[in-house]
Amino acid sequence: MSEAGYTSEAEVNTREAIGSGSTETAGASSVRAVEALDSVVIRFVGDSGDGMQLTGSEFSKAVAKAGHGFATHPDYPSEIRAPTGTLFGVSGYQIQYGSRQVFTSGDAPDALVAMNPAALKTNLADVKHGGIIIANTGAFADTNLAKAGYTSNPLEDGSLDGYRLFKIDISALTAAALRDSGLSKKEVGRCKNYFALGLMLCLYGRPIEDEIADIYEKFAKKPEFADANVNALRAGFAYADAAEIFAATYQVREAAAKPGIYRSITGNHAAALGFVAASESSGVELFLGSYPITPATDILHELSALKHFNVTTYQAEDEIAGICSTIGAAYGGALGLTTTSGPGMALKTEAMGLAVMLELPLVIVNVQRGGPSTGLPTKIEQSDLLQAIYGRNGECPIPVIAARSPADCFDCAIEAFRIAVKYMTPVILLTDGGIANAAEPWRIPDVATLPKVEVSYRTDPEGFQPYARDENLARAWVRPGTPGMEHRVGGLEKDFLSGNISHDPLNHQRMVDVRAAKVAGTAQDIPPTTVEGPASGDLLVIGWGSTYGTIAQAREKAEAEGRSVAHVHLRHLNPLPPDLGELLGRYKTVLVPELNMGQLSKLLRERYLRDVVPLNKVQGKPFKVSEVHDRILELS
Amino acid sequence: MNDMSSPVALTKKDFESNQDVRWCPGCGDYAILAQIQKLLPTLGIPRENFAFISGIGCSSRFPYYMETYGMHSIHGRAPAIASGLKLARPDLSVWVVTGDGDALAIGGNHFIHAMRRNVDLKVILLNNRIYGLTKGQYSPTSEMGKKTKSTPLGSIDRPFSPVALALGAGATFVARSVDTDLPHLSSVLARAAAHKGTAFVEILQNCIVFNDGAYSTLTDKATRDDARVILEDGKPLVFGKARDRGIRLRGMEPEVVTLGEGGVAESELVVHDEKAAHSGLAFFLSQFDTPDLPVPLGVFRSVRKDSYDELNAQLHADTRAKKGDGRLADLLQGGETWTIG
Repeated sequence: MSEAGYTSEAEVNTREAIGSGSTETAGASSVRAVEALDSVVIRFVGDSGDGMQLTGSEFSKAVAKAGHGFATHPDYPSEIRAPTGTLFGVSGYQIQYGSRQVFTSGDAPDALVAMNPAALKTNLADVKHGGIIIANTGAFADTNLAKAGYTSNPLEDGSLDGYRLFKIDISALTAAALRDSGLSKKEVGRCKNYFALGLMLCLYGRPIEDEIADIYEKFAKKPEFADANVNALRAGFAYADAAEIFAATYQVREAAAKPGIYRSITGNHAAALGFVAASESSGVELFLGSYPITPATDILHELSALKHFNVTTYQAEDEIAGICSTIGAAYGGALGLTTTSGPGMALKTEAMGLAVMLELPLVIVNVQRGGPSTGLPTKIEQSDLLQAIYGRNGECPIPVIAARSPADCFDCAIEAFRIAVKYMTPVILLTDGGIANAAEPWRIPDVATLPKVEVSYRTDPEGFQPYARDENLARAWVRPGTPGMEHRVGGLEKDFLSGNISHDPLNHQRMVDVRAAKVAGTAQDIPPTTVEGPASGDLLVIGWGSTYGTIAQAREKAEAEGRSVAHVHLRHLNPLPPDLGELLGRYKTVLVPELNMGQLSKLLRERYLRDVVPLNKVQGKPFKVSEVHDRILELS
Repeated sequence: MNDMSSPVALTKKDFESNQDVRWCPGCGDYAILAQIQKLLPTLGIPRENFAFISGIGCSSRFPYYMETYGMHSIHGRAPAIASGLKLARPDLSVWVVTGDGDALAIGGNHFIHAMRRNVDLKVILLNNRIYGLTKGQYSPTSEMGKKTKSTPLGSIDRPFSPVALALGAGATFVARSVDTDLPHLSSVLARAAAHKGTAFVEILQNCIVFNDGAYSTLTDKATRDDARVILEDGKPLVFGKARDRGIRLRGMEPEVVTLGEGGVAESELVVHDEKAAHSGLAFFLSQFDTPDLPVPLGVFRSVRKDSYDELNAQLHADTRAKKGDGRLADLLQGGETWTIG
């Protein structure tokens, strides 16, 4: 994946060596073996109030600093503080990191840190057979066991015999470490996650000094909490270091990444930076009109802190006002941006039609989540593709692009505005809850090499017709305030040149045709499609959006096993790349994995009149590599 | 007439577009259009700096007839679009023209939030108490019991007062006028244009086809002087053909009294105060309605508060002063980074 800057050589999946099959040093000794691994998958799970998101993201930072490739998957409930100990209140954070490029957060965890019985119960099925389970025994009291639906304690009844179970009373050990902290029992309880973090940093061979500095920075205003968290962290680290239960610690080999400066970035953060880059590149103000909605809101958070840039953010009264204020700003000459998720997208529909009619540049971001209706607000799904392409009244074409990874959101944000201003059209950018909140390493680009977003406003009144078009069928962008060019626009059908209201039948036909031709014409800029794998053969896997990493990893694995399988990942979904039809013809079978019920499959069949094999999943979870890999093996 | 700084003296004609006006003959909208076309050249603002934004409905055809920048948008959303435009372009004079259905039914949410935020917009609501463009259904301002195509047995929907709603939402400028009283309309519109912040003007407007005569008691020469009270800042509430009637407070209740001989002294009457710190008086006045009390026309409230666009500009200036101008390269390299190779 060039965005992350990692070498593209196939990752040899060696995770089998990490779990039960790895050689443990028999018996504990003061000098423990250090086991070298190529990649590892760790999942932290606990109550939504246990701070697992923090533990996970701090662990990610620690491995990032070591230069590892990584990918994360936060998985949290939509309740802010669900009742403690319940199954639905479990919050998790999974990270895969490794010595090479890491495509996904991993299928099956090699290690699970479970802070309570509910967390164990809801996550056990995913853990690799023979994997490590670290359970906080302090939370495995009868009431919590009952809330999780256990009739006997799984830590004692032998049901975990197939795993390497480490029973650690994290609650009591944290309390003991903080005996003199002066904090209340409740406050001490909140430090458990740092104990767990210290434990895991030791187990996976990462130092804690940076983390300590980080805690002091984070809690600068509350030194007593800083001290407590640091003590908990140290206690966890020391416990793992001294206790003889861990036979070996695990050191992941250093990553071989492309030289450069890196940072960890989530999809929403990357998108926000990309939009600022588009504004800086064009020299035009960025205006974001938005209404808070999970999982898109972080884009609003990021941009609202950037008032020293040419960025205005406007938290509107509703989704409709979010896009309408953006249309107003675009009419005024700004780069108009609105961000939302599925239900908000539905509310913005009429205004999108207006933007199509007005032929104003606009970017609409849909960070997709599980639907329909309120659906699964915090879970991943790709089921808004057809809504993005077709979901409006009338013949209402809008270009649609999709980001494939957290870092790719940066490039897609710039691409969305490039299309919008060149063709004077709204553009929809699809991301999803998976990549929006997940992080990966991002090689920070040189500003000078970023794609240009070029804006020019027409100021010459000579021969001006509001709906006259250039060679790309784009009309001129004329800002109010430009002398001698006063004119009216609106949602009623326009005359082909003057833009005045027209109910003429042939004019309507002509306008519908030209709006369609304009959007179709954006395909002229789509670069030749990149094919990973053979240029022709048995099987082509086509995906879009956040499934990129999973498909890439599954393909590489199958290829290493001698299968003929290629992978195309689409960024441009409307229009589709001009060379795609010819490309499809070069493979016997086309497999289309999607986190929906077959929306891209439908589009491909309709457009190219050839059958494809759908692979669909709507469980609020990403594909596992094995799910795609298994299907590849069946078809190649 | 024109501001000295305006390079070319503009006239009403300069603000008339070449589009045929398509309101019904006799519609009150004509008078309102003419008054605004007359007003704009007097404001000292270059013509290209005006933008008129409307939603859907008869009143929302307004921008087509103005030789300014304009947008005829979608139903109810004009305040949201106008807010975005004004924030992106504080240099423009942005006007919203809307109706009782557009602003108060489908666009009610945008309306109250525009009033609350105090973005520097001029919001002109043409209230004919009926849906005209869809041919005669009752609106949120139609009176109880009204028989329309969608209420053949009479409406059971309680109406609300646009002025009370705007005041309740915290508007800093709220006024009411009527389409047939041109001098009054003209003066109220001029006051609105001069206000910094959201200026809201309700214009009682006659729909000759679907709701003719809705305001006849307020507009007919025979009845109007007893049916309305003209608000003047600092002046007592006096009305009536002979200007011999007034409004006095009894506790918290208003009462109509007769002035002069045998009656009460003018000094006992309620004195209007547009700039009162508290909007209570304005809200009190907004509740007046015939037949018990005269309908107030004029400026209910006019207070200067920082407008949203001013505060937004200040926020940007303060942030730049504190952090310096943002640099993209620094932003991209922000947070924790690590170097490889």
